[in-house]
Order: sequence, then C-alpha cells, then structure tokens
Amino acid sequence: MSEPPSAIEVSRLFKTYGGVAAVSDISFNVARGEIIGFLGPNGAGKSTTMRILTGYVPATSGSVKICGVPVATHADEIKRFIGYMPENNPLPEDMRVSEYMYFRGRLKEVPRRKLGPRIDEVLEICDLKRVRHKIIGQLSKGFRQRVGIAEAILAEPPVIIMDEPTIGLDPHQILIVRDLIAGLRGRMTVIISSHILPEIEMTCDRVLIINQGRVVAQGTPADLRREILGHSSYKLEVRGDLTALPGILTALQPTLRVTHQDEPDAAGFVALTLRADCDDELGEALLRALLARDYRVRALGRVHPTLEDVFLAATRRSWDSIAPRVPTAAERKPTIEPPASPG
Amino acid sequence: MKHYFTLLSHEIRMLLVSPSTYIAATAFLAFMGFMFTGILENYSKQAQEVSPAHQFFLFFWLPVFFMVPLLTMKCLAEERRLGTLETLLTTPVTTTEVVLGKYSAAYLLYLALWLSTGGFFYVLKHFSGDMRFVDPGPLVGGYVFIAVSGLLFIAIGVFASSLSRNQAVAGILGFTMLFALIIGNGFLADASWLDREALRPFKAAVTTMQITSHRDDFVRGVVDTRHLLFYLSGTVLALIFSILGVEAKLLHS
Repeated sequence: MSEPPSAIEVSRLFKTYGGVAAVSDISFNVARGEIIGFLGPNGAGKSTTMRILTGYVPATSGSVKICGVPVATHADEIKRFIGYMPENNPLPEDMRVSEYMYFRGRLKEVPRRKLGPRIDEVLEICDLKRVRHKIIGQLSKGFRQRVGIAEAILAEPPVIIMDEPTIGLDPHQILIVRDLIAGLRGRMTVIISSHILPEIEMTCDRVLIINQGRVVAQGTPADLRREILGHSSYKLEVRGDLTALPGILTALQPTLRVTHQDEPDAAGFVALTLRADCDDELGEALLRALLARDYRVRALGRVHPTLEDVFLAATRRSWDSIAPRVPTAAERKPTIEPPASPG
Repeated sequence: MKHYFTLLSHEIRMLLVSPSTYIAATAFLAFMGFMFTGILENYSKQAQEVSPAHQFFLFFWLPVFFMVPLLTMKCLAEERRLGTLETLLTTPVTTTEVVLGKYSAAYLLYLALWLSTGGFFYVLKHFSGDMRFVDPGPLVGGYVFIAVSGLLFIAIGVFASSLSRNQAVAGILGFTMLFALIIGNGFLADASWLDREALRPFKAAVTTMQITSHRDDFVRGVVDTRHLLFYLSGTVLALIFSILGVEAKLLHS
C-alpha cells in the first residue's frame, strides 16, 4: 500500500451487553491528524465505542484498526498508540501531580531520559506548573481535568481518545482545552466526545452523531447542516405592502415562504422569518427584488442553524426510523475504493 | 514483565506515604506485643515445655485473619471502584503485571510487619540474658512458615479483592476464605463422616492441607517440600484466578 493506513478504521462494530445492543453496526474512518467529535445523547454508545477503540473492552463483532493494527488481536501493541482519558477522568487521590505524571510516563514506556523534560513540557502546555507538587485529591475540577488531558498526551501517541474532556470546566478553562486540542491538529489524531455542541463545532474537523448505538450522521458541521436540515432561513425586517410579498418570494425561489410574522413596530417595520427548502444563497437576490419593488429594508440576514439544531434533527429522525446513512464529505470524494456509481 | 517493577515501586511508595499503613502497623505490633507479654506471663508463673517462640507462632492465625483482608481488600476493588483500573489497563500494561505488582507489594508489607515482631525476641534476650528463652530453631522455622504461608494467604486476599468493587465485601470474602482454609479445614479433618471408605482420597487431601500441622512441622524445624509445594501451587492458582477475575469483569463492564 502506497499511502499510510488511516489512523482509525472501524467497520461493522457491534457490542451487546446481555442481549442489549450498546453499539450496533458502527463504521467510520478517521484520517491521520484529524480531530473528530462524537455527539450523541446519553447512553448512545459513545463511551462504549471509545472503550472498544482502546482495547479495554472487547467488541462482540466487527473490526477496529488503529494505525493499521487490529485491536482485537494486538491489544498490547495498540495501547502504545493511544492516549486515553476515560469518562469522569479517574485519578488516584493521594499522589502528587508530578509523581503521577512520572508513574504514567514510565508505564507508557517513555524513556527515562526524556521523561523529565517531557513532563515539564506537558505541564506547561496544560498550564499545570503551579500545581505540580500538589496532591491530586486536593485539586479543583478544572485542574483535575487538565491533569487527565496532560496524561493523555504525555507519551505523544498518534491517537488521542478523550471522553468528555470539557465536562465541568468553566468557560475560561474550556477555552484553554479547546486551544490545547486545536494545537494537536495535524500532529495527532483526536477523538473527543462532548455534550457541549459549540465546543465540538469549533474544534472538530468532522462530527459523528451517534444515537442508539448507530451512526445517524457524519460529516463536517457545515455538511451536516445542509444534509440533515436541508433548508435555509432568513430574518427580514421590512416596511411596505406585505400582501404582495409572497408573490415576490415564490418568483425568486418556488419554496421560499414566510413562516413567521411579527406585529409592525412603532416605525412600521415588520420582522419576518423566511424559509426555503434549498441551501442556495438567496440573500442578494432577495434584497434586489425587494428594493426594486420600493420596499424599505432595515435588516436582512441568513439564520445559521447551530449544530444543536442538526443534532436534534438527526437524533429525532433516527428515533422515528433508522434513516439511510448520510454520505459524508470523505465518501463523496473518490476514496481508495472506486465509487460504485456507473460511468 | 517490563512494567512489573514500575508498578511494584509505585505500590510500595503509595503504601509508605499512606497514614493507614502506619496505623495498621502500630495496631498490629500492639496486638502482637500484648500476646507476647501474655506468653511471658505464663513463663514467669511456671515452667513450660516449649520455648516462647513456639507458643508465639501457635496463634499465627489470629493476626492473619484480620491483617490479610485489611492489607489486600483495597488493592483491586478500590482501583475498580475509582475507575483507575481503566486508565491503568489502557497503557501497555498487562493484567498479570498489575495483579502481580499489587500482590508483591501487599506481601512485602505483610512480611515487614511480621519481621518487626522479631524485635520482641531481641528485647527478651536483652533483658533476660538467657539464651534458653530464644531458641533459634523454632524462631527461624516460625518465620519461614510465616513467609511461605503468607504467599498463599495474601494471594487469597488479592483474589477476594478481584471479585468485588466494594472493599468491605472483598474484606469479608477474604476473611471467610482464610477462615475456611485454616479453621474450617481443621473441623473437616475431624469429621467422622469422612472416615468412609469412598471418601478416603478426600480425607487424605484434607489432612494434607492442615495448615496448623504445617506450622507445627515448620516450628519443629521440618521444612517439607510437600508443604512448600502446597503453598506455592495454591499461590499460583489464587493469582491465576485473580487475573481471570479482573479480566472477566472487563468483559461485562
């Protein structure tokens, strides 16, 4: 093979606990240096998937490869490729931060000579220098969380898996963690799970939405917006004859319509919400058309749906029925396997 | 086995910085000192047939019953409850290394506690000035017995700890298993229903497993390889079960 294998390859992964499926038929690939976010409601199978990736819990069926090495048969080998921070970030209570780092570094086979400088470096990155001689049990939540992250990146593994790294942090600390993760982009492959959607949106190159053990959507946040929601909305504040407005809108775009209308304010302007069932940019054409008809426009803007909307739409859809998988950006591009399309 | 010494030194360090180790050691020495004083009282009243060392090791099971579960109940149960077992086992460490590291640390502490009782005999010799009281035969034999049987007792404690995530359950389980092995076995050996012809092999096994009779042999200075083999194979078996216990829990975690 000419090109290096992708960092993580998961295909047809199943995991059942006593007959209850926690993960059913999850497949995805993560390229090297990519940051990927796992989204999903509680109990969706995020943590289980992550544990299977680390080799801690065996899968019922399916295959997982980390850097081209299968996890099921080479669990010892892949543990050297992974920095893992579990959910709730368990840490020993009665160790000092630097002692803990040294212990973990030795376990992760960092050479003794390099370990000291590397610990200094990691503590610096995670802003932990002030507390390096403190006992972990006495640290605040934010510090503990950063100790977990520092520990995960300690041995400079090619793959980092973090289960909810920003849980319980204040906005300032979230910012630090976000920068930290962004700083790993290109060097390390990172998988994080989170409930904080803007967090995922800002840091991740790609998002995987998991619900009831299945991948219900995957792609970049922008792709997901387009594909899951499939419509665009505009906010408009306008003054003029509103009865003629629907005609103008349908002339522009057959599906463009008013979905919400406020009462006119003191200046006679009406705030409207418009919606079109396509994703094309209509703003400029709309503005031209309105001005040509002597409407007075005070504001026009496109409403950007948040990842939250996408998340809710995707999970709701998967609860209704198991939806066909949305093709991802990676899949639409030609991959190693030739696409099955004719011609 | 690359990480065994890393884990062992970590465990020992954790024991040394933990106040509970020192509290346990003080309580242990106070208790043993109390027993030793009791033995010496008897000697001051009337002449005894055997040396004080012989009598001292007669009651070895009393500290074993409470010290072994206390020393071992924490080792795996606590790690599992806190979730640190997960972070430990996602590094390039095998379950075997983890279990052996914890086992060795607990065993070394157990040994250190027992060895510190050697001070009693030193004090006795120093103040009585009579070497008859400190008969080196039973003394050395007794400590060898403690060291050899400790291998099995601690392994049983570790096994109990691998079965539960609750320290109290692990402790009680460990106590019960030790009680069955040391006292229960004695009752079984005396049971008359075992004298039947069909149960003879079973009876023979029970008699061989008499830990109190092993002690008598050791203290008399008889180091029987059959005894050594019994303790060693029992230890290996208990440790294998501990490793399986940890791994079986992972499958269903």
